[in-house]
Amino acid sequence: MNTGNPKKSSEKETPPVRVSALSKSFGQQSVLRGISIEVEQGETLSILGRSGTGKSVLLKLMIGLTKPDAGSIRVFGEEVTSMAPGRLDELRKKMGFLFQQAALYDSLTVEENVAFPLRRHARMPDNQRNERVRELLGTVGMERDARKLPAEISGGMQKRVGLARALALDPDILLLDEPTAGLDPITSAEIDDLILRLHKERHMASVVVTHDIHAARAVSDRVALLRDGEILIEGSFQDLQKSSDPFVAQFLEGS
Amino acid sequence: MAMTIHLTYLGFVVAMASAAASSGVAGGISVAESQIIRFFEWFGNLAMFCGRLIRAAVSPPYEYREFFHQFDELGAKSLPLAVLAGAATGTVITLSTRDSLIRFGAKSFLPAVVVFSILKESGPIITALVVSGRAAAGIGAELGAMKVTDQIDAMEASAVNPYRYLVATRILACMLMLPLLTLVTDFFGIFFGWVANNAAEPISLRLFLHDGFKDVMFRDFLPPTLKTVIFGLLIGVIACFQGMRATGGTEGVERAATTSVVLASLFIIVADVLLVRLILVFFS
Repeated sequence: MNTGNPKKSSEKETPPVRVSALSKSFGQQSVLRGISIEVEQGETLSILGRSGTGKSVLLKLMIGLTKPDAGSIRVFGEEVTSMAPGRLDELRKKMGFLFQQAALYDSLTVEENVAFPLRRHARMPDNQRNERVRELLGTVGMERDARKLPAEISGGMQKRVGLARALALDPDILLLDEPTAGLDPITSAEIDDLILRLHKERHMASVVVTHDIHAARAVSDRVALLRDGEILIEGSFQDLQKSSDPFVAQFLEGS
Repeated sequence: MAMTIHLTYLGFVVAMASAAASSGVAGGISVAESQIIRFFEWFGNLAMFCGRLIRAAVSPPYEYREFFHQFDELGAKSLPLAVLAGAATGTVITLSTRDSLIRFGAKSFLPAVVVFSILKESGPIITALVVSGRAAAGIGAELGAMKVTDQIDAMEASAVNPYRYLVATRILACMLMLPLLTLVTDFFGIFFGWVANNAAEPISLRLFLHDGFKDVMFRDFLPPTLKTVIFGLLIGVIACFQGMRATGGTEGVERAATTSVVLASLFIIVADVLLVRLILVFFS
């Protein structure tokens, strides 16, 4: 395994995402208290927890949309919290983010939404970009609705388009905020299958924030359960099931 | 200037007094304190917003495509309003002034009065207020909706600076479109001034324009028209600022749209007082 190149070796050891002692408050309300997690390349980590426990905030912190009060976030070994805006943008190009409500640009069509990051960052001829957009929409099964506006498609379809947009720049890290929230069980299962398939094909490091136990079980290699701004338990899904903590049991049974 | 400060002070005192009266003296003082803090907080946030905007606007890549889109959007949607506002202003000025001028035996001055009042003040301020109603509400609501639905965060997550892409382009479009719309308002104002005058007493358009423009100099036309660039800046900055800080769903969007219009109109009126004074000092 050792290539004899110390730099290359250390790069290999650096996990794509490393969060250490992260804290965040909004006014008097402490949302995250000293959170530490790591995500390896090719791994999917699901962060579980009740609504309003700061799961989405954690994702926004990882991509630098919000600043933490304390702690460190390293993405590919680079500190996000103190990064210059230009460098942060470069790093963001390696990250895909699916928002909870998909956050599609409502004045743009489905294909324009997916083309948006490509138009901004990928220098390619129009026909090649259009081909890439078609390919991405095909991946999420939305090629027939390419000309529609976000308001003309369902919530599940919006999530698919959001996922296609998140994948547009071929990211190394995928951050998914409640990918199945508000969807019916069949659509949820379809989204889960899609995430699994993408994960196998692209070997990305993924962080999935969810309160959907079924989705977490389906897509993740590892799970972390948040309670009161702290990680209560972290491990495989089986570890969660074996836990004697009443909150863990309640969380698993209550879902 | 002094009058504006006095009026602001008076308004502030009245607001404090009514707050004190409505919730008791102690409650009134705490309400007053929070109002004062909010007042300064707003200006502090506006200053930070402007700092971020300037940093984003001066550094490449420049968003030409989005700028032309906004320029077109703003122009196309505000043009009919500028035409109507100009026509109404010209008609009203003619009708209301004609009677007074006849009384003083100065009827022959009517074309000059119409042209001067439209070029120097009515055209620019009416255009700015009409566009502030249309554009500020539109920009405030659009950016507000994008903010509360995470679209602006999504843009930032895609490594696109929303201050460069959304804000700078809209502000620049407002700044450059407003003088052009003012020209449209001026044109229709003068034309409908002639139409209104012609209805009462036939006069050829050529003669009306000759009488109206014979004493007009560039300083009567250029500085008042170009001051609308400042009005455009105010409309753009305030509407974008209110939109970008929207919170709380549809209610927040509605608040962003309403406050954009109210504040933009208020700032335009205050700025007009200052700019008229400056123009008089430098171009008289």
